[in-house]
Amino acid sequence: MEKTIRVKVNGREYERVVEPRLLLVHFLREDLELTGTHIGCETTVCGACTVLLEGRSVKACSIFAVQADGKEITTIEGMASHGDMHAVQEAFWNEHGLQCGFCTPGMIMSVEQLLNDNANPTKDEIRHGIEGNLCRCTGYQHIINAVEAAAKAKAGA
Amino acid sequence: MIPARFEYSAPETLSEALRLLGSDGEAKVLAGGQSLVPMMKFRLAQPGHLIDLARIPDLNFVAEENGAIRIGAMTTHNQVETSALIREKCPLLAKTAAHIGDVQVRNRGTIGGSVVHADPAADYPAALLAMEAKVKLVSASGERMAGLDEFLVDALTTLLEEGEILTEVHVPLERAGVLTAYRTLVQPASGFAMAGVGVRLGVENGTITFARVALTGVGSKPYRATAVEQALVGQGAGAETFAAAAAHATDGVDALSDMHASAEYRVNLAAVQVRRALEDAAGSA
Repeated sequence: MEKTIRVKVNGREYERVVEPRLLLVHFLREDLELTGTHIGCETTVCGACTVLLEGRSVKACSIFAVQADGKEITTIEGMASHGDMHAVQEAFWNEHGLQCGFCTPGMIMSVEQLLNDNANPTKDEIRHGIEGNLCRCTGYQHIINAVEAAAKAKAGA
Repeated sequence: MIPARFEYSAPETLSEALRLLGSDGEAKVLAGGQSLVPMMKFRLAQPGHLIDLARIPDLNFVAEENGAIRIGAMTTHNQVETSALIREKCPLLAKTAAHIGDVQVRNRGTIGGSVVHADPAADYPAALLAMEAKVKLVSASGERMAGLDEFLVDALTTLLEEGEILTEVHVPLERAGVLTAYRTLVQPASGFAMAGVGVRLGVENGTITFARVALTGVGSKPYRATAVEQALVGQGAGAETFAAAAAHATDGVDALSDMHASAEYRVNLAAVQVRRALEDAAGSA
């Protein structure tokens, strides 16, 4: 039995008819063509599919699109504005917080929530805050540097 | 990975949820979905009908009443971890919630869903058993309370009957002066405990007057280690007492053996974790 859902993604309203078993990550990528949200492990482990649902980071591979009916979602595509990178994106760029870049969209969404909850995190708090996001390239150190730089940039903004 | 087809309902009241559950033998309740949705993707679970409790506002709350903290089943791990009331009145529960899964899982996963799923390595039961928590089970014909120790029957098996929904967890307020700690060693890939320990310790003038110790991840279900508790009470609080008591961590328990840890390893690990958790609690004064 298909369901009609209405969601607001990156500030834009969408109405779509979906099967209940359609996962949010497939809805975003295939129905809305927002392919910035990546599919990594598909088993709730790697965090590549992290988006913000009502401002909280979630793994879009473990939520059905119908569960998001009536809710607001932010994906990586919603971070930059008018061609200017978001402070977290800028910091990842400046601090080389990525190599292959596959985990980066999910990582940035997790960092966005981390900094919204805690504007000035310690290194330990940063590690705890990104525990749900796996990066197989960088060894995390540059990512942590990027989060610290983003926190500073946001504080100065 | 795409789950099998199912019907989806999102009732806005508990009575409607109970009616739907009672009218469809294929129905299963969906809470935060952090265990159920992955199981459905692997097709380890193929419910024909999901009844999502997320639109029922009465199931998400934290309140103090009659000497206990009442927590609605749909309260997320993140809400438990950050609730000022829980941190103050049931600190062990908040400490434990902070260890569950990762940030994203804690934003979605719920206390009711976790308790009903009854994973033998879930973090919550170690705290909830040590705190002697109860759960409220509601069906179309009435409601009942059950202690968590009787509710957890075996791995992935609970007292919950067909047509029943777990709606609340009741946790007694922490006693004055009791020290608490949660310590876990997790399997790094899954994040699940290979041995997790919740400890509550009352110490007066250097003597242990009260002890509750519960373990998860070690046996086929989480359990209270009463032999450890008995070996603590009346003794002086210190490294020797903790080590001697911790040796009883798996008394009467068949330790699990799996690809991550043999039973022999788990027995040793459980004792080490209990000793360290006792030291953490004693050192938190």
